[in-house]
Amino acid sequence: MTTVALIDYGMGNLRSVRNALEILGATAFIASTEADLQRADRAILPGVGAFGDAMKNLHERGWVGPLTTFAMEQKKPFLGICLGMQLLATTGTEFGEHKGLGWFDGVVRKLAVPVEIRVPHMGWNDVTVVQSTGLLQGVAPRATCYFVHSFAFEATDASVVTGTTEYGGTTFVSVIERENVFGAQFHPEKSQKHGLAILKRFLEV
Amino acid sequence: MLRTRLIPVLLLQNGLLVRSESFSIHQVVGNPIHEAKRFNEWNVDELVYLDISRDGSYDLRRDDHKVKSMSEPMKILEEVSKTCFMPLTWGGRIRTVEDMRQCFLHGADKVAINTGAFKTPQLIRDGARAFGAQAIVVCIDVKRRPDGRHEVYVDGGREATGVDPATWAKQAIEHGAGELLVQSIDRDGTAVGYDLELIHLVAQVSSVPVIALGGVGRYENYVEGVKAGADAVAAANIFHFKELSDRNAKRTMAKAGLQVRTT
Repeated sequence: MTTVALIDYGMGNLRSVRNALEILGATAFIASTEADLQRADRAILPGVGAFGDAMKNLHERGWVGPLTTFAMEQKKPFLGICLGMQLLATTGTEFGEHKGLGWFDGVVRKLAVPVEIRVPHMGWNDVTVVQSTGLLQGVAPRATCYFVHSFAFEATDASVVTGTTEYGGTTFVSVIERENVFGAQFHPEKSQKHGLAILKRFLEV
Repeated sequence: MLRTRLIPVLLLQNGLLVRSESFSIHQVVGNPIHEAKRFNEWNVDELVYLDISRDGSYDLRRDDHKVKSMSEPMKILEEVSKTCFMPLTWGGRIRTVEDMRQCFLHGADKVAINTGAFKTPQLIRDGARAFGAQAIVVCIDVKRRPDGRHEVYVDGGREATGVDPATWAKQAIEHGAGELLVQSIDRDGTAVGYDLELIHLVAQVSSVPVIALGGVGRYENYVEGVKAGADAVAAANIFHFKELSDRNAKRTMAKAGLQVRTT
């Protein structure tokens, strides 16, 4: 059985993710320290809130080094959800420019939609599978998932983009991956059948 | 394409599921924990639980919790969240940021606030700052006056405020509301359809999603709600009293040309 660490850095609802992982048969626990993280063979960085606050919290709680070791050196499976995905980028632009974890080259910018389109983008929308590898392997070509966000990741290197979504006439990146590191802009833990299938894939990679 | 959301509203009173009429008649329809799994299998897009118990009515059995008045509902929330893999909103008697925090800790994705928000609008701002605007749903209960004009009511429909819903909606959004759940008290439990004028009135001034509630008796009422400007449509009683209410509602909405999610 796989053991998943849910990174606690004071941003967002860890319980929903834990509920979903437990129903899939994984052992999920909330990790507050580096020692907790080392007990896990996979990690999830969830998150709801603003980019700058989130990075500040990651630094203050001493997460940046341990997470980088876990994902980039030990190459253990790592998933960022929503804001957790955005934090993997080089730079965030919410309330000023902030440095992200920098694991994926690119910038997180406000959704470029016309003024009459409501932001945040909230509700169920399609994820179009661009590359059916890793996280999206076996997932329906257009899986409807639950989104709540105002910003999106713009990748410098298009090869990391595996899923995209259309909103208000623009297409944004909704899934990224490179080797063992994954990011989902939607909430798989709140996306019923398709979301659970994606989380199940994460437990298998 | 973003889908039009269909949202059942589950009313809780003293720990039991009830149906409601005109905010005054309540009839028990089931146990929330026993029914949770069934609700989660419905072809719907979110679940909203509103605890309409009066203050303190849960304190009879337990006094060992830090947040006394919240303890029993929080147990229900925790149980229902375990099998809920769609967005889950919890509302009822939330008066402080700490009350909100308890809801999120016990599995809610959003909180719905009504009287607390109206009496202390700062609560919306503080909640949005702490948990993000997307997690703060402001409920607006509305009654029509004899002259036909709409008026916001609080305290479970017991207290008139003298404020019109569009004005309050704009203020709530300025304070950081992420969504508005607009309910007609007059239509509650009547099955004659939404108060479309009310929905239109609020949708026109709203920059955030508007959820219509109160009065659905036929699936066509959902379509009317969307045409009046609602971004999402909600109902309570119809989910308890019609077979396959979820699927048939989606079918009617799709036939009318709305984009809905099918599972």
